[in-house]
Amino acid sequence: MADKPSDRNEKSGMSRRKFIKNSGLVAGGVVGGGLFGGLFTNQLQKKEPVTPHGNTNGELQDARVSINRAEDFAILSAATERIFPKDDLGPGAIELGVPYFIDKQLAGEWGVNAKEYMKGPFITNIQAAGTHNDERDQDSQGPNSATQVPIPTPRYQSILNRSEIFTLGLRKIDQVAQEDFGARFVELSPDKQDEVLRMFDEDKVEMKGVGSANFFHLLQQTTIEGAYADPVYGGNKDMMGWKMKEYPGPRASYLDKIEEKEFIKMEPISLRNYQGH
Amino acid sequence: MVVKLDKVDVVVVGTGWAGGVVSAELSKAGYKVVALERGKNVNRDDYIGVKDELRYTNRYEMMQNLDPETITSRNYLDETALPVRTRKEMMVGTDLGGGSVHWAGATYRWKPYDFEIKSKTIERYGKDKIPEGMTIQDWGITYDEMEKYYDRWEKTAGISGEPDPIGDKRSSDYPNPPMKESPAVGLFMETTKKMGYHPYRVPAGNLSQAYTNPDGEKINQCMFCSFCTQYGCDFGAKSDPLVTVIPTAMKTGNFEARTGAYVKRVLYKSGKATGVLYIDKMTGVEYEQPATVVVLAAFTFTNNRLLLLSGIGEPYNPKTKKGVIGRNFNGQFGITFLGARGYFKDKKFNYYMGAGALGGTLSDFAGDNFDHSKLNFINGGGIELRQYGDGAIATNHVPKGTPNWGPEFKKNSIYYANRSLVAWYTMATMSYWHNFTDLDPTYTDSYNDPLLRITYKYTDQDRVMAKFGIEKSREIMEEMGADIVDEDEIPHEFNHVYNGGHYAGGVIMGADPATSAVNNYLQMWDVDNLFVVGGSAFPQFAGHHPTATIGALGYRASEGIEKYLKNGGQLVKGKQESASV
Repeated sequence: MADKPSDRNEKSGMSRRKFIKNSGLVAGGVVGGGLFGGLFTNQLQKKEPVTPHGNTNGELQDARVSINRAEDFAILSAATERIFPKDDLGPGAIELGVPYFIDKQLAGEWGVNAKEYMKGPFITNIQAAGTHNDERDQDSQGPNSATQVPIPTPRYQSILNRSEIFTLGLRKIDQVAQEDFGARFVELSPDKQDEVLRMFDEDKVEMKGVGSANFFHLLQQTTIEGAYADPVYGGNKDMMGWKMKEYPGPRASYLDKIEEKEFIKMEPISLRNYQGH
Repeated sequence: MVVKLDKVDVVVVGTGWAGGVVSAELSKAGYKVVALERGKNVNRDDYIGVKDELRYTNRYEMMQNLDPETITSRNYLDETALPVRTRKEMMVGTDLGGGSVHWAGATYRWKPYDFEIKSKTIERYGKDKIPEGMTIQDWGITYDEMEKYYDRWEKTAGISGEPDPIGDKRSSDYPNPPMKESPAVGLFMETTKKMGYHPYRVPAGNLSQAYTNPDGEKINQCMFCSFCTQYGCDFGAKSDPLVTVIPTAMKTGNFEARTGAYVKRVLYKSGKATGVLYIDKMTGVEYEQPATVVVLAAFTFTNNRLLLLSGIGEPYNPKTKKGVIGRNFNGQFGITFLGARGYFKDKKFNYYMGAGALGGTLSDFAGDNFDHSKLNFINGGGIELRQYGDGAIATNHVPKGTPNWGPEFKKNSIYYANRSLVAWYTMATMSYWHNFTDLDPTYTDSYNDPLLRITYKYTDQDRVMAKFGIEKSREIMEEMGADIVDEDEIPHEFNHVYNGGHYAGGVIMGADPATSAVNNYLQMWDVDNLFVVGGSAFPQFAGHHPTATIGALGYRASEGIEKYLKNGGQLVKGKQESASV
């Protein structure tokens, strides 16, 4: 009774599609460089989407503690805003503080994979680092599916921790923007930014050490978390995410409301309110 | 240097429902019991006021730290297994009370059919109904024999429920009435009744009223606060070992729980277990804890791994199909709990409220309650609609066709935040010769001991049954009036995501020592003073949640351990059954 060979082993022999096009567009976009870098930074400060959140009220929590380069943070801000854009329903990722939320997450135990198994050997070829088993689009299922973030679940086999994946991924976004679209990511139109991000989502960009879809799913997951996690973590500014969703925040009891037929809308309260400080 | 401690009557590895029940019963009977728990010492105070979705649901606060140890996983025998590295892919509880503290609370008894599945399937459909390679077996115990243990555990836990209208014989009602009914649950109940089914309320470990159990432990009334699954209870209103069996054991004065104690080996000499070797994670000091009886009541993975590491029992060899430790690994993950999600355009539910086991269910398609003559599978499962209470991060369901991010995602995810319900099939999983555990040849834990390796793949039985359940769920969702109904997709192959906590087998019960590791008292055939208790004993998985059966087996094992402590010896005479696989 011979066992069936692994699909994965079969696939590894196949060549992956190559997506980074060597088109004429590449010529204009060189990463880094003294003069260009300086111009870039100046431009950032002028452009609206990269000035995350108008810090006019002394919001002292809003500063980078993990991502060193301002330009990486600008790319992060612009990308999260495309994933969760401002619209007539309410604020987008930047206004909600999502980029700062992500920066703080990357600085903590989750960002450095403190509680994950990070012992080798690592399967470092791109096939193993890519997204596995992505045929299920119904998220994580099981008894807790209602409490999971609805994104595909890649199998993590990278030697890189999440913070390192973000740094590589953000810079790769900018590289793809320049090589394929001829401009820095933050300077592209929203449609073009979406095109760049879609290439990552569809695992069409080659990255070193991690699949581009894995990076994108991390970015997507943390963007949603930043929009809706308790404000204590730096996102969901002023509970605006919860207000959009009519989510009431942590509360002690719905004992007298659980049988109620009509929808009950409540002003949200935060963990700080709940713990009664 | 290993520090040798004074001998105790019983040493128990693990403090969840299995270890908790055994600790309570034996310390009540006057025996000196030491329980070893690798996680932290926690109590109710640890769970008061911590309603934080990011920390508990998305960052897995109550789950094992995988840095020192995880499992490896593969589908096929000739593959190299890779470690399951992140807690997103590997949900296993830890700390005092174990996985039993973060459970949802759904509490089902398994059926007479489940305990005698092989005989009953052959009896009704003939031998050919069991496909080649399926290694299901009878448990060596019947439902009628298990009934009193179920009854006992339900009273300890204060389960709130009503009997299944097409269910099995019960010696008494649930100790508490069902929880209040939310409109979404009511809609499921009413609709499925109209469809000719027999719905009933999910029996719940979330208490419908304040209750004092037979051991004198008080459990409070559930507040429907929604911070339940993956959380410890804010109110002491979810039945778990921290509010029941552990305090019961403590009160006897005969019990000590040592936390931060990572067990490395069961010590074994001339056919007897002599104790366990563990390391104190705070000091790094290694201890030998000698005991008259050793009880492994840890999670399935740990029970399997400790036996393999200790060289106790014959490891299962898939090539020869001989050996027992690691045989019949099974569980509900991945392909189970598939169903259909309905989106309601003009109806809103207060879906941010709820409790782990608040819900409706039906058993019309469970076990052998329906005729399988024309179906290409055996067994079945419950169909459930549960109102856990959705967190804001979790509630991002969008109808199929909506992009996963961007403007349309935002619009739909917000619109449907309180407008979608899901019904699913809690289907059974059968065991096969090719699904098993052994030790990984490459990856090790932080003490350089090999990790446990899981080899697991789906079969046609799984896929066909999943499809059946999805179709039934869809019909119900349509009848409930959903405007859009999206069916879950059936995965082609197991994707190495161990979600939900329902992993079982590998140290299975049975009547025949050639195909089971433990007898029906959970006593090892090879080692009379070693009992292995928990989900690891399930020869295959039934179509309902496992906790009640683990609790009941805890009582069954306690009875066996007491018998052994009084009289010694092997408690059951093994039978030789036909060795056909």
